Amino acid sequence: MKFGVVTFPGSNGDYDSFRAPIEALGEQAVYLWHKDHDLQNVDVVILPGGFSYGDYLRAGAIARFSPIMREVVAHANRGGPVVGFCNGFQIACEAGLLPGALLRNASLKFVCAPVSLRVENAHTLFTSSYESGQLIRLPIAHGDGRYSADDQTLDALEANGQVVFRYAPTALEAAESYNPNGSMRDIAGIINERGNVLGMMPHPERAVDALLGPADGLPLFESILHRVTA
Amino acid sequence: MTRYRVAIEVVPRKGLLDPQGKAVADALHTLGFGGVASVHVGRHLVLEIDAADEDAARNDTTRMCAQLLANPVTEDFEIASVTRI
Repeated sequence: MKFGVVTFPGSNGDYDSFRAPIEALGEQAVYLWHKDHDLQNVDVVILPGGFSYGDYLRAGAIARFSPIMREVVAHANRGGPVVGFCNGFQIACEAGLLPGALLRNASLKFVCAPVSLRVENAHTLFTSSYESGQLIRLPIAHGDGRYSADDQTLDALEANGQVVFRYAPTALEAAESYNPNGSMRDIAGIINERGNVLGMMPHPERAVDALLGPADGLPLFESILHRVTA
Repeated sequence: MTRYRVAIEVVPRKGLLDPQGKAVADALHTLGFGGVASVHVGRHLVLEIDAADEDAARNDTTRMCAQLLANPVTEDFEIASVTRI
């Protein structure tokens, strides 16, 4: 199967996202330039991490207007899988692919650290190789990761099983500081109602090789592979 | 067509945690301005736009705010002034 990784001006996670499916899964990946109009028949679109357009105005606000995004939104509307990591999550929210918004970390500090997460829903296209309730470790690196939405939206996300990853306290984190950015209800990653768009602040694409630390991001890519080729 | 200078204020929605505003309020308290009850930090944008009249300029600006300049999920906006230039 073929992954397509969008490169925006200011993306810096595009190489990690490009490399993960190739080296960890042995699958194909291509770069999709932000000015292109062609998704090159990819099966899955990855919106990578970084600081597209310098985070001007708001993180992800300008990237949403890149020519390629019209095709990405059309792909999502056809039911095609779209994954946004970090800045990609911010872009997906700004583009209306996911509800809510990512605001400045409550600490006002950029946080670059491994965090503990609980897999809340392992019955999605993106998480079927995890177990529900499983605790995993993934890196984060962001200054604007505080997930926010109104109560009605949050209640709907919870009721529909759309909260996929939550920051979780483990022996590694002090009970009061496990949520690294002040996200409402400890939300780290969500899917849309249809279940084909995932956005998350942590970086699974940076955790696919056991040589470099926990490879807890690998099952996410395996899940996509199993479900999309099934 | 007439050219207008339009000033827009975009502020975090009331009730949402505004850590930047709180940090500024804390700093003002440290400086001795104990009377500061709250601070909200937003954006001030100044546009120069050509429009048929002031109402059209306001209409265009409102649409720009709704589509790009403010995030409808987390921010409120207000057109602070429209001046013919």
